Amino acid sequence: MDPIVLALMLFTLSVLIGFEVITKVPPILHTPLVVASHAMAAIMVVSAIEIAGNAGDTLAAQILGGIALLLGVINVVGGYVIADRMLANFKSGKAKTGAKGKS
Amino acid sequence: MNFDTVRAAIQSLTPIFYLITVVMFIFGLKLLQSPRTARRGNLLSAVGMLIAIVATLLGQGILNYATVLSIMAVGSVVGVFMAYKVKMTDVPQFVAILNGFGGAVSAVVGIAEFLVFFHTGQTPGGVPKTQFLTAVAADAFIGTLTFWGSLVAFGKLQGIMSEKSFLLPAKNVFNSLFLLTALVMGTLLVVTSGTVDTTMSWIFLGSVILAATLLGLTLAMAVGGADMPIIIALFISYAGLSASALGFTNANYGLIMAGSLVGASGLILTRSMAKAINRNFWAILLGNITPPSTTSVSKDDIYAGRIKATTPDEYVGILDAAQTVVIVPGYGMAVAQAQGACRDLFNELIADGKEVYFAVHPVAGRMPGHMNVLLAEVNIPYDRLKELDESNEILESADVAIVLGANDVVNPMARDAKDTPIYGMPILNVDRAGSILVIKRSLSPGFSGIPNPLFVLDKTLMMFMDAKPALQELVKAWKDR
Repeated sequence: MDPIVLALMLFTLSVLIGFEVITKVPPILHTPLVVASHAMAAIMVVSAIEIAGNAGDTLAAQILGGIALLLGVINVVGGYVIADRMLANFKSGKAKTGAKGKS
Repeated sequence: MNFDTVRAAIQSLTPIFYLITVVMFIFGLKLLQSPRTARRGNLLSAVGMLIAIVATLLGQGILNYATVLSIMAVGSVVGVFMAYKVKMTDVPQFVAILNGFGGAVSAVVGIAEFLVFFHTGQTPGGVPKTQFLTAVAADAFIGTLTFWGSLVAFGKLQGIMSEKSFLLPAKNVFNSLFLLTALVMGTLLVVTSGTVDTTMSWIFLGSVILAATLLGLTLAMAVGGADMPIIIALFISYAGLSASALGFTNANYGLIMAGSLVGASGLILTRSMAKAINRNFWAILLGNITPPSTTSVSKDDIYAGRIKATTPDEYVGILDAAQTVVIVPGYGMAVAQAQGACRDLFNELIADGKEVYFAVHPVAGRMPGHMNVLLAEVNIPYDRLKELDESNEILESADVAIVLGANDVVNPMARDAKDTPIYGMPILNVDRAGSILVIKRSLSPGFSGIPNPLFVLDKTLMMFMDAKPALQELVKAWKDR
């Protein structure tokens, strides 16, 4: 199979899986969803790693790769950590957190 | 077994590692379907990311580990620092700036690959030249557009720039022109490759980038006020698509799959936001995010002499008689930093046996779902946070509805006033509740600029105060009653 056909197939199938999985995320979690899926998009760092670490003797490309790597890592780490911070706040009422009874 | 054998093994298995990553992403997203499991889902997807990064570091023949690892260390520290410092109210800005970074990463890596291509004549991963150049052009275009658009969104949310919608004269003509330029130049880049010198190719790619810059700026500048949640969701989608485009440049199937997952998530959120404020999804995709022009209904016609004001001390009696109370928070509550005071009132009412719910409109706050995060932060249990449909069911039989810094999303004119910009927008039917309390500093209109007939209903009382002191005094009066 032509690699481009394979790539287009993967693209289409992933879009469909994305629609399927994400439409079921309740609106209450849409902000963490945005942040978490955003962090996933930052998987671009792997390309930044390749280009920063492996651009041969093309100095300009290495520098650009370094910049991209820095921004990409901030993106990944910042995204996951803030999503975790937010999700840690979501507690069920049954856990009786915060809502203390009046004596 | 020496390091080189290990490296070769990892390199040949890299696509498998990426597949594992993507599967973990998908399960991570699945766990995000419930607040109970969501945190685990996020962790799972983070571990998936780590696998992809480690596999790349080990398998891709990195020449200068010291540099790469130190850049990554700095980036991690900055990322953690930023994530812990940001306030929950500022999360939309934070997401906007991260999204801008995402766009930049994808565009910059694309350009760097282009540089290497001219230097060595080799495409990354040996992809066909046509595919490589097409993907580079698409990647540079979407990445740049995302970068500038997100920066403008950041500026607006952070208050560095005016939040008002700024419209270029003949905006659609200019936007079409930018888009056309990018298309033509991108096509030229692909079809002339090999037949023209490097400079010409750079001019083509440069023109694509310039056109994307201008388009990103005009698209984001045109969006203002109530539409900000839409633009955030839309640019998330673009960032995902640009990651996918990057995957096409270097045949990285992991990127293609993860990028399209995110592209889909952004599109779904954009669509749900668009529905929530009654705008056409396709018009938004094409950049026509501006609300339609406003109506002639003047606020004097509606409000004159019919507003009834109340005070916290007076209102406690009504609250005491109520069984079900629905609180409708709007962004005004977050501006007033009244979440804590709101929680205190919630706890008091719950402790005295009242049923209390929060009715959260999809566009409450500055990004999709923002209000839920703000309420969760002050320990409101998530089973008390109700979305639109469920809220409206509860409102049918609610004794008291407290409107806290919300306006357009509770305006009954959305149901029948055809000449208003909010006509057709799904609203919270607060007017169905037995009694309504509106806490609001003045009678100033919401983003739509139109008056709200809810305020003059017989069963509505207005409390003209800042949200925070109003709630604090309500709590005090409740305890003293």
